[in-house]
Amino acid sequence: MAEPGERKNDLVQVRGERGGTIKLFLSGRIALDSISLYTEEIRKRLSDLKPKELIVDLTNIEYLDSSGALILLELEGRAKSQAIAFSFDNMPDEVHRIMGLINREALTTPSVKTEKKREYLLEEIGEASFAFYKDMRRILIFVGEILDALFHAVRNPRLVRWDDVLFYVKRAGVDGLPILSLLSLLMGLIIAFMSSLQLKQFGANIYVASLVGIAIIRELGPMMTAIIVAGRSGSAFAAEIGTMRVNEEVDALVTMGFDPTQFLAVPKVLAAMIVVPILTLYADVFGIVGGLLVGITGLDLTIHTYIQQTVNSVTLFDFASSLIKSVVFAALISGISCQRGLQVRGGAEAVGAAATSAVVSSIFLIIVADSAFAIMLYYVQWS
Amino acid sequence: MAVPEQDPIIIVEGLTARFGDDTILEGVNLEVFPGEVLVILGESGCGKTVLMKHMIGLFKPCEGRVLVKGIDLAKASDEERHRLRMEIGVLFQSGALFGSMTLSENIGLPISEYTHLPPEIIDHVVKMKLGLVNLAGYEHHMPAELSGGMKKRAALARAMALDPSILFFDEPSSGLDPVTAAGLDFLIKEINTTMGTTMVIVTHELASIMNIAQRVIMLDKNAQGIIAEGNPHELKEHSRDPRVIAFFNRQPPKTGKGEIQNG
Ligand SMILES: Nc1ncnc2c1ncn2[C@@H]1O[C@H](COP(=O)(O)OP(=O)(O)O)[C@@H](O)[C@H]1O
Ligand SMILES: [Mg+2]
Repeated sequence: MAEPGERKNDLVQVRGERGGTIKLFLSGRIALDSISLYTEEIRKRLSDLKPKELIVDLTNIEYLDSSGALILLELEGRAKSQAIAFSFDNMPDEVHRIMGLINREALTTPSVKTEKKREYLLEEIGEASFAFYKDMRRILIFVGEILDALFHAVRNPRLVRWDDVLFYVKRAGVDGLPILSLLSLLMGLIIAFMSSLQLKQFGANIYVASLVGIAIIRELGPMMTAIIVAGRSGSAFAAEIGTMRVNEEVDALVTMGFDPTQFLAVPKVLAAMIVVPILTLYADVFGIVGGLLVGITGLDLTIHTYIQQTVNSVTLFDFASSLIKSVVFAALISGISCQRGLQVRGGAEAVGAAATSAVVSSIFLIIVADSAFAIMLYYVQWS
Repeated sequence: MAVPEQDPIIIVEGLTARFGDDTILEGVNLEVFPGEVLVILGESGCGKTVLMKHMIGLFKPCEGRVLVKGIDLAKASDEERHRLRMEIGVLFQSGALFGSMTLSENIGLPISEYTHLPPEIIDHVVKMKLGLVNLAGYEHHMPAELSGGMKKRAALARAMALDPSILFFDEPSSGLDPVTAAGLDFLIKEINTTMGTTMVIVTHELASIMNIAQRVIMLDKNAQGIIAEGNPHELKEHSRDPRVIAFFNRQPPKTGKGEIQNG
């Protein structure tokens, strides 16, 4: 078949007189990719003819798809609305069948659901705040549930699924070691390097060790670990539980008499609370090693003096608060992630959204908690 | 067969189910009698699953109540609920096997929760249950390693783990080929006759309905409730309701599989 463009002029032919009976001969292929061509052509040809009667001859149509049929029907509709008598001539059987497929009522049926109207800023702010409030409420309820479940678990350790706890300890902990060591080593290196540029000028090389030690142990170690755990495990927890919701596995658990919080969330939260402090210690060590590398290569310090200085400047209090912080971070990350998973409704796309939301909410909570700790620890330490 | 003399084992009274502003069911009344096979049918989205989830206590009624063995699910004490759970087995539409557990762990889970049997005995029971659904030897398979029909059967084995007196099925034959589906129907019928288990089955497989149902109820989306009830053969022959007629005749008349299997 030739390109539509080449035969453009033959596709629509008009016979008849202005103001009288016009016969329109259509030929070729009327399909989704060529309907604009036809509508254009027909409009042009008919524009100043003002017919009283319009007959459309379809003898030479090679192919017609449902969109093609639609424009023919629309042509009919338009003619009738202008009080022009309209008929089809020589309609092949196939064309007739295809036309029969089209339900003209569908074109004018109003949408069952009203289109979402444009919202005003104030309304949107209101809705967003309400959603936030509801979310906070749900989180608080969940916190209650999980505390209850944890308390229950502590009193009846036999009921805890320790196999699962172990599994998640391995998944969240051991499997996360490589990335965590790399990141903390680099973090230590960077801090030491940047600070050495300044401190060297004053001959205060040795204080690089103190700076790195305190920064890593008090802030960066727990924070970095928590963020990595949120990214690796938080999203995984949410996705896992969310998938179970979509597959009705959570419903199955309930019908078997298990409490989903107890069964699914508690092992994950316990595992996180066990493993994150250990990971934090690990991150602390690697961070300090990173600083040490800079110290002995760039600052003429010996291993012994560097470590001595670190030990002198970091107190036991710093260590303890770092570990407590990491336990709290762990509970926040795993708790919110499980909650996001249990909250999933609908299909697979909701699982992805839950995983994303788990990470974002975790990081938000980590930062809020860290700020709270900064203030609290300040008063605890100096009072 | 149908046993109207006995007290119903499940009573649904004036049940209304709403999600937000959407009313799915309104004022539904239903009784299920011990030992019967009741089929809930109706077009997709008319609320069959919602009704079933109310009967197993996963959803709380907005209005009305559901009594199982005389106990109101919404008000049951923990102990009563625990006892009822043992009496109810559910086969979900997707099977809902736990993906991270082997078949034997899946089936053993409810058993170890509700009994204090030693592991060897649980293993034995699990093997027996797998044998019942023709999956002997599959205890160490993960659900992901099974075909759709096998998953459904394994899920049935789990639903039957505690020998419940009521079994619920949500579209058991969806996604199965006709032969596998017929096999599952056969299994359902056999369990019903041999163990006297009450069966509540959501399905719209005409062949299954004619084959296994003793009584059907038909839900309708617009009516938001039950529009027809009765023996499937009688409904098919005598109902004048166009919605019922449309349902029973949607497959080519007289030569459909339903006819052959009725025989
Ligand atoms: N958890 C839910 N939240 C909101 N709407 C729901 C929920 N479950 C079901 N619905 C709605 O209830 C209607 C009936 O669903 P369902 O009972 O699953 O239909 P089916 O008869 O095909 O099993 C559907 O319109 C569905 O969108
Ligand atoms: Mg359903």
